[in-house]
Amino acid sequence: MAKRIDVSGLNAYYNSFLAIEDISMTIEPRSVTAFIGPSGCGKSTFLRTLNRMHEVTPGGRVEGKVMLDSEDLYGSGVDPVAVRREVGMVFQRPNPFPTMSVYDNVAAGLRLNGKYKKSDLDDIVEKSLRGANLWNEVKDRLHKPGAGLSGGQQQRLCIARAIAVEPNVLLMDEPCSALDPISTLAVEDLIGELKERFTIVIVTHNMQQAARVSDRTAFFNLAAVGKPGRLVEIDDTERIFSNPSVQATEDYISGRFG
Amino acid sequence: MDMTTQQTAPPPLPRPAPRAQRPAARGATRPGDRIFLGLSRGSGVLVLVIMAAIAAFLTYRAVLAISKDEANFLTAFEWNPSGVPPRFGIAVLAFGTVVSSVIAMIIAVPVAVGIALFITHYAPRRLAGPIAYVIDLLAAVPSIIYGLWGALVLVPSLDGLYGWLDQYLGWTGILEWNQGAPRSLFTVGILLAIMILPIITSVSREVFGQVPRMHQEAALALGATRWEVIRMAVLPFGRSGVISASMLGLGRALGETMAVAMVLSPSFDIEASLLDPGGGTFAQNIAGKFNEATEMGRDALIASGLVLFVITLLVNGAARLIIARRKEYSGAGA
Repeated sequence: MAKRIDVSGLNAYYNSFLAIEDISMTIEPRSVTAFIGPSGCGKSTFLRTLNRMHEVTPGGRVEGKVMLDSEDLYGSGVDPVAVRREVGMVFQRPNPFPTMSVYDNVAAGLRLNGKYKKSDLDDIVEKSLRGANLWNEVKDRLHKPGAGLSGGQQQRLCIARAIAVEPNVLLMDEPCSALDPISTLAVEDLIGELKERFTIVIVTHNMQQAARVSDRTAFFNLAAVGKPGRLVEIDDTERIFSNPSVQATEDYISGRFG
Repeated sequence: MDMTTQQTAPPPLPRPAPRAQRPAARGATRPGDRIFLGLSRGSGVLVLVIMAAIAAFLTYRAVLAISKDEANFLTAFEWNPSGVPPRFGIAVLAFGTVVSSVIAMIIAVPVAVGIALFITHYAPRRLAGPIAYVIDLLAAVPSIIYGLWGALVLVPSLDGLYGWLDQYLGWTGILEWNQGAPRSLFTVGILLAIMILPIITSVSREVFGQVPRMHQEAALALGATRWEVIRMAVLPFGRSGVISASMLGLGRALGETMAVAMVLSPSFDIEASLLDPGGGTFAQNIAGKFNEATEMGRDALIASGLVLFVITLLVNGAARLIIARRKEYSGAGA
C-alpha cells in the first residue's frame, strides 16, 4: 500500500530558470514528512515533481530520478496519468469540483478508473468520507453541491476525494493555509490517522504544524534571491526542532532568519 | 428593413453579481453623484421605454391585421393579406424559421464547442491566437456576403451531400432528396450554422478560458487525462456559458434575413422533405414582401414579426430556466 519515495539528483525548471537544484532524499512509507522553508524556496515545486504535476505548468521540466519503491516515475514509457493515480494530492485552497455534489466529488477519481457497481461506489464513498472525518457532517447532504460546505469541510472533502482511489502516497501542499484554527486541527488529526495507511508529504509554512504532525522534516532554502532552491537538511522532526545540524535551519526555526 | 433582428430579446448572459449596497440616500450628495445617477437611471428607463414602445407598436398593428384575417392566423398555409377577404397564416413561416434554426444549432454548437476547446486547451499558444482572431473576424462578415457565398458557392456544390444524405437517411422521409435544386431549408440551416459559428465559438472560448486552474489541477491530480479534465472540470463549468452562447447564435439564426432570402427558394408550403426546395422564414418573408405590400399587407407582416418576437422570448426564457435550474452547481460562487 504505502510506498517509499527515493529522490536523487532532482532538478526542476521553469523554462530555462532552475527552480530547485540537486535534491536527494528518502521519504519513508507510513510516515509524515514535512517540508518547511521560506517562500519561493521551491518546496511546492518539489512536491509537484513527486506526482508529475510540475510538468503541467507551462515550461515546467524535471531532471533526475524519483523512485516509488522500484519504479522510476520519470522513466521512459511511464504515463504521468498513471503516476497521478498512484500519488494523490491535496492543494492549498480547497478545490472540490463546483459542479458536482459531495458524493460525486468523492467518486470522481473512482469513475476515472473504471466502472463500479452503485453499491460498491456507495461503500467506498462512505469509507473515504469516514476516513476524512467528514461522514457525520455530510451524510445527510451527500447529493448537495460540494461547494456549499465550509472551507474546512471542503478541504476534508478534497482529502476524501484523494484517498478514495487508494493512492500509495498523499501529497499535501499547505493544506491548512486557507483554514481557520479549528478546521486546521481537524485536518491535522486526520493526517495523524492517515499516516497509518499512506506515505504523507506535507508542505507547510507553519512550523508548529510541522512539529505537531510530522515524523521527519526537510528544510529548504535559497542560497540567494534568483538562485535555485536547495534542500538544506532532512532529519527527524524532533532533532530538526531541537538540535539541527545546520546553522541556517536553526536560524529559520528560531525566527532569526534573513 | 431588418427590424426583426433588432427585436430579438437580449440573450441570457451570466448575471452580474447583485448590486453592491447603495450608499444611504440621506445626507449630503455631491453634484457628480447626482448627475451620474440621473444619467444611468435615465439610460435604464430608456431601454424599458423603447422595448415597451416596440411591443405596443407590434401588438397594435398585428391586432389590426389579425382581426380582419379570414383564415386561421396560426395554421393557414397561405399568404394573401391583400385579397378580398384577406387570408394569411404563419404556419409555414414558423415551421421554416424553427426548423432551419434547429438544423443550424445541431451543426454549429458541437463544432463551435470543439473549436473553443481546441483553442483553449489543445492548440499551442502560437496557433491559438491566430485561430481565435480569424474566428472573431468571421463574426464581422456582413450577412449579405454570406448570402452571396451561399447562393453562388454553397448551393451549387451541395449535390454530393444531398445524394449521400438521400442514400443513407432517405428512408426517414425528411431527408429524402427528390433531385430538386438544393435551395431548401436544409441548405439554409447549413448557411445559418456557418454564420452563427463565430459568435458561439467566441463566447464559449471566453468561458472555457475562465475555468479556474485549480479545478483543472484537481482533476489532473486524480489521474485524469486531458479529455477527462475537460469532461470533469471544463465542460460542467462552461455549461451555462455555452447555453448563453448558443442562445446568442439562435437569436441571430431566427432573425437572419438576407442570407436566407438569397438561398431559399420560397413557397407557402411545408415540404415533406427538408431537402426539397420551398418553405420560408419570418424574416425572409417580411424582407421579400414588405416593399410591395399594401397597408393591410404590412400589418400582416408586422403580425408575423410579432410571432417571431414571441418565439425569441420563449427560447430565451427556456434557456434562462435551464441555467437557473443548475445554478447552485454553476461554480459561480467558487
